Amino acid sequence: MIQLLYLSAINKTQSIFDSASPQAEKINRLGYGFLMAATGVLLLVVVLTVYITIKFRSKANTSEPRQITGNRKLEIIMVGFPMILVIVFFFWSLNVMNAVNPDRGSQKPDVVITGHQWWWEAVYPGSTAITANEIHLPTGRKLLLQLNSADVIHDWWVPSFGAKMDMIPGMDNFLWVTIDKPGIYEGTCSEFCGEQHAWMRIMVVAQPPAAYNKWLLVHTDKATIPIDSLARKGKALFMSASCSSCHSIQGTLATGMEGPNLTHFASQQTMLSGMMDNNPENVEKWLSDPQKIKPGAHMPRFIFSKDSVRAITAYLTQLK
Amino acid sequence: MKAIRLPEPRKPIPNLSVSDNQGLLQWISSVDHKQIGIMYLWLSVLFLVAAGCEILLVRIQLAIPNNHFLDPEVYNQLFTMHGTTMIFFVAMPAIFGFNTYLVPLMIGANDMAYPRLNAFSFWMTFFGGLLLYFSFLAGGAPDAGWFNYAPLNQYNYSSSPGVDYYCSGLLIAGIGTVTASANFVVTILKYRVNSMNLKQMPLFVWMILINSFLILAAFPSLNAALVMLLLDRQLHAHFFSAQGGGSAILWQHLFWLFGHPEVYIVILPVFGIFSEVFPVYSRKPIFGYTFIIGSGMAIALLAFGVWVHHMFATGLGNTVNSFFAASSMLIGIPTGVKIFNWLATMHGGAIRFKVSMMFAIAFLIEFTIGGLTGISFTLVPIDWQLTDTYYVVAHLHFVFIGGTLFGLFSGLFYWFPKMSGRILDEKLSKWFFWLFVLGFNTTFLVQHALGAMGMARRVYTYPNLPGWGALNLISTIGGFTMAIAIGLLVFIIIKALKTGKKATKDPWDANTLEWTTSSPPDFKNFDFVIPVKSTRPFRDLKRPEDADWKKTDNNG
Repeated sequence: MIQLLYLSAINKTQSIFDSASPQAEKINRLGYGFLMAATGVLLLVVVLTVYITIKFRSKANTSEPRQITGNRKLEIIMVGFPMILVIVFFFWSLNVMNAVNPDRGSQKPDVVITGHQWWWEAVYPGSTAITANEIHLPTGRKLLLQLNSADVIHDWWVPSFGAKMDMIPGMDNFLWVTIDKPGIYEGTCSEFCGEQHAWMRIMVVAQPPAAYNKWLLVHTDKATIPIDSLARKGKALFMSASCSSCHSIQGTLATGMEGPNLTHFASQQTMLSGMMDNNPENVEKWLSDPQKIKPGAHMPRFIFSKDSVRAITAYLTQLK
Repeated sequence: MKAIRLPEPRKPIPNLSVSDNQGLLQWISSVDHKQIGIMYLWLSVLFLVAAGCEILLVRIQLAIPNNHFLDPEVYNQLFTMHGTTMIFFVAMPAIFGFNTYLVPLMIGANDMAYPRLNAFSFWMTFFGGLLLYFSFLAGGAPDAGWFNYAPLNQYNYSSSPGVDYYCSGLLIAGIGTVTASANFVVTILKYRVNSMNLKQMPLFVWMILINSFLILAAFPSLNAALVMLLLDRQLHAHFFSAQGGGSAILWQHLFWLFGHPEVYIVILPVFGIFSEVFPVYSRKPIFGYTFIIGSGMAIALLAFGVWVHHMFATGLGNTVNSFFAASSMLIGIPTGVKIFNWLATMHGGAIRFKVSMMFAIAFLIEFTIGGLTGISFTLVPIDWQLTDTYYVVAHLHFVFIGGTLFGLFSGLFYWFPKMSGRILDEKLSKWFFWLFVLGFNTTFLVQHALGAMGMARRVYTYPNLPGWGALNLISTIGGFTMAIAIGLLVFIIIKALKTGKKATKDPWDANTLEWTTSSPPDFKNFDFVIPVKSTRPFRDLKRPEDADWKKTDNNG
């Protein structure tokens, strides 16, 4: 069902011009307004520069030009005209700022997103669902995101949704977003956060409320219990090797909090924060030598035998 | 009015039998402001080559998506070193080189107020840079970006000694910067030739005076932050670590309280250079002399009230953000309006297209682009979209290259004959100009689009999204074009030094005192200083019938 939704995802863009929320739309309109004014100013400078340099170039017979040292009136215009522009844009941007980022009052966040080196964790208050990296949000409702960091400063930015916001250790930051239409929206961590900053990409799956609620319900479930023997072997390995001390899988003994929660790992399209597609082949590669795939990642290399890697992969890839 | 004689003992110290040509030793031990100035400039070229090589490696890595040319850790060290070097060891020494060389000459003095302090300042910068680069051998260069945000700069997250070298290197260089500025202030205020009052000072000197106060006020914040960070890393203090009760955001406040004035510190002297270059090559006085000084002061004051515009996305709230949005917009006015001063200076003039002037004219357009993208960040919601993307990278390079570097090139081509006594090959120089301008625009124009398309800055690689690969490849090609141009420039300089035509003392028909002495000036700059009765004393001397001081109202 969820796979189907991925396949039918309509837009997978991340330009600031593809706004998918009223917040981004407001910023865009201000952006276009500014672009027009700025183009005007630039054109004025370019035209004046070209005109003056051509018209007044020195020729063999040019005599000493008139020595003009200033012009009070012109100077007043030079300051006055930009002053007017500044005032107009200041109030316009104030207006947009308050619309995009209104006071949150006593409103509780709809989702709490925490940045880690180098992955995202989403917790849904009022539900036991926890996901990593692929963050599902409902459309058509004004959502309040709470943004935190577990280590260094990260920054949440999905261009189609509008504003970005830093995630700062020791601080709670908030961001409003109303997603207009369902789809997959990409973004990226925008504050340099260390070695793998490049692979801290965001994927938001925006679903209509009904589909979203269904997703949320599925994700409060405990992990599926492996049936075939290979996956069962993998589960045993996962629990006995140190995997479980960093990762949680609900309904099992694995309750580690350091790494991403893997309860529904197999339902995700990508792995390692958008670095690779989520398929058994890539999971095997990753388990064989994490530091080769994503150098610096906090998962150390375990010297697993090929069989063990295959078994753990079999376990993980059935955690729908 | 008679020329003013500068008295000085003309006899050598008796019983001293030392040759007056000591080669390298003479340079190392020099306290002469001209030699120190030239050493600053060469230091800047040296680090320009280093930082240029670093960024070329970075651009190769970014040329195609999912590239594996560089490891992420190496990549992070390279871009950090590129930024740190360019700001602290290319832009700053280049500016200080011109300042140290020219300020005494332009005010009719024979040296700086404190010649030995001057040498001290240079060597602090030199050793600071060396110490920073020693980190490559000592276990890894700094890797947390040039503004080195906390808590990424803490030992837990950056355990190589790189950040420690960053702190020590910048601290040492920073001490040199502060002492040099104190030296400039005293020199300008106390060592002007008697007849030159403040309102007759060349605009370049005015800008250095304002700039020196700016440095004296801004650098303490950086130096304090660096010491605090060193304490954090070496003695387990926790100023910037949230887990220990410190504040991550405090680093940003302290850094940008220095960092934003720093942007103006590297642009004001260049405004001074342009204010010398435009009048000379247009054969007209500067348009709005007082206005330019006034706006320079306005910039220097406002510069301390705008730092939070680097932090609009840190969640400080709408009230704080709107205050700093207003101040940041305001500072744009005195900065931007100067463009029209220079345009008005050219208007009605007789413009000579020497390479120096070509850089000045190109600057008008490039800097306007960089300035306008800068203004877009003062509209807070636009900043929320575009900050920390390649759009910022494009913006800051349009300011630092299209502004600062174009100004330094303009100054170089203008004063090179004075400094070396040689003329640069004009034809090759024009090639350099066009190649550099082409490379620069190719590299950075496309980066505006990349930012708007969602590419964050400081990523060591990127997924193959539509358009990203092509635009990055264009940018890389532009980067290499600039590198070739810089190679050509170094060749032009060396060729001129070896075989260049001898320069006369006044090759551009200029206006100010430095052109009245020989090219290059003797160890003693002046025996006599011509009378100063206006901002253009040399022109007054050459055209007595049209002397500025004879006119009462020059407003057109």
